[in-house]
Amino acid sequence: MLRLSLRRRRQLLPYLFLGPGLVWLVVFFLIPILNQSYVSLESGNADIGYSFSWNWSVYSDAVSSYHTQFTRSLIYAGAATVIDLIIAFPLAYFIAFKAGRLRNFMLLLIVLPFFTSYLVRTVSWQLILSDNGWVVDRLRDVGLVSSNGRLLATSTAVIAGIAYNFLPFMALPLYVSLEKIDRRLIEAATDLYASRATAFRKVTLPLALPGVFAGSLLTFIPAVGDYINALLLGTPNQYMIGNVIQSKFLNILDYPSAAALSFMLMGVILIGIAIYARLLGTRSLTEAAAA
Amino acid sequence: MKRTDRARTWALGIWSTAALLYLFIPIFIVVLFSFNNNKGRFNFTWHGFTWRHWAHPFSNPDLATALKNSLEIAAISTVIATALGTFMALALVRYGFRGRGATDMFVFLPLATPEVVLGAALLALFLTLNVNTGFVTIVIAHVMFNISYVVVTVKARLEGMDQYIEEAAMDLGAGVWATFWRVTLPVIAPGVASAALLAAALSVDDYVITSFNAGQTLTFPLFIFGATRQGVPPEVNVLATGLLFVVLILLALNVVVQRARGRREAAVAAVPAVVGAPANA
Repeated sequence: MLRLSLRRRRQLLPYLFLGPGLVWLVVFFLIPILNQSYVSLESGNADIGYSFSWNWSVYSDAVSSYHTQFTRSLIYAGAATVIDLIIAFPLAYFIAFKAGRLRNFMLLLIVLPFFTSYLVRTVSWQLILSDNGWVVDRLRDVGLVSSNGRLLATSTAVIAGIAYNFLPFMALPLYVSLEKIDRRLIEAATDLYASRATAFRKVTLPLALPGVFAGSLLTFIPAVGDYINALLLGTPNQYMIGNVIQSKFLNILDYPSAAALSFMLMGVILIGIAIYARLLGTRSLTEAAAA
Repeated sequence: MKRTDRARTWALGIWSTAALLYLFIPIFIVVLFSFNNNKGRFNFTWHGFTWRHWAHPFSNPDLATALKNSLEIAAISTVIATALGTFMALALVRYGFRGRGATDMFVFLPLATPEVVLGAALLALFLTLNVNTGFVTIVIAHVMFNISYVVVTVKARLEGMDQYIEEAAMDLGAGVWATFWRVTLPVIAPGVASAALLAAALSVDDYVITSFNAGQTLTFPLFIFGATRQGVPPEVNVLATGLLFVVLILLALNVVVQRARGRREAAVAAVPAVVGAPANA
């Protein structure tokens, strides 16, 4: 048996290390995604089965039937992302610059709630926002909700639920980018007679921008595909594209159009990532995901 | 100037406290209603305090089976995903090779794919190949989405590690495997532990991908979802609270172990790693 030189072995090693995991991802992630595009072009129905037929009409049908759910998903996910940015930026800023010894403790508090089940949390919101609940009663007292108005089963509830469930995806990347900022740059700005506000606007904010983008993307992606919040906190009038894909796949068994819809959803997200990568490179995104 | 500074810090602090309280509102309700002396099937209104549900958390046989399945799936998929992902991270950080950037991006992609797409695509593959869905396909799916989380978590740890101690070991005659087991692994162990903890948590919590690939197998989240239609039993609150405590204890242990190892910077680095990339589910 030929003994490989150490150098040769070192060259082979990374492929050996990568191999098993990469195979798993190719077989159970990449191939399924590509298989979706194949399935989407099939025609037939649930009873007789489906066969491949370059059936492009699935796509135009999907767009014309479900553009409402598509735009609704984009609007809900966008709104939730903006809400999360507003909630999380001051929080991340406080933890990065002011929290001192409490820093790790506060970071822990951000993620701790998310170790309870996603469904349990969302069912809990269902209870909190329910029609005869304490919250709705108090809001009726002060007139913020009309006497027969509701919180549950409205788009507000769905957006709030999404914003709640994906907040850490915004807060952690923001924290990472703020924490990395060299404090001396901000001091230099104030030494050079910039006001605090100007220093924030011209130094802190631009340096935190990669975190803002990464956080927004990492919040928006799971939000746009979510269907649990719409299902539990909304009604069919609040259903998003995820609800359509889910019911087509599991209830109606209309695989081609479910595949077409999920392929298009993936397309929208890939475009988002491509724009991000163009602007800021992929490095900061994968780094933020590790945060 | 000083006074407005202090006011600003206060405002930020109040905002942050409010935000953190907001995060805990539903958790508080979950814990509270695990003690609710509820009447009938529904656990929606407060009827007074009881230990009843805590005394018999497994009284519902379906729930007990579901939790058992979830824990088994989590254990198996965590071991596989952590092993595969750790070696991938090692290759990506320690070795220069052709296609490294592309591989990096590829590993990131599952994190950027909505769960409904991951679940649906995998089910379509199983249907195409005529594979019956069940326990095994759930494990396959969980390993798939967990590998990427393990890779990014362990990578972060490896990047902070001094590479020269590995080279020193090799210079002193240690082979590739000896170096890995005796030098690299002990150093990155906290990162690997965080990754495994994260993977287990994501696995136990996953509803969406599991719902597509579960067949007749019931898991904890699938049980909860089924129960939302007829009222979630308080035992679910008990078990959810219990799981949260287990995670808390594991997190505390991780921190204590690292403190004991006398690496203060490790503890600081570990919290973002532990907390990082929380449940995608």
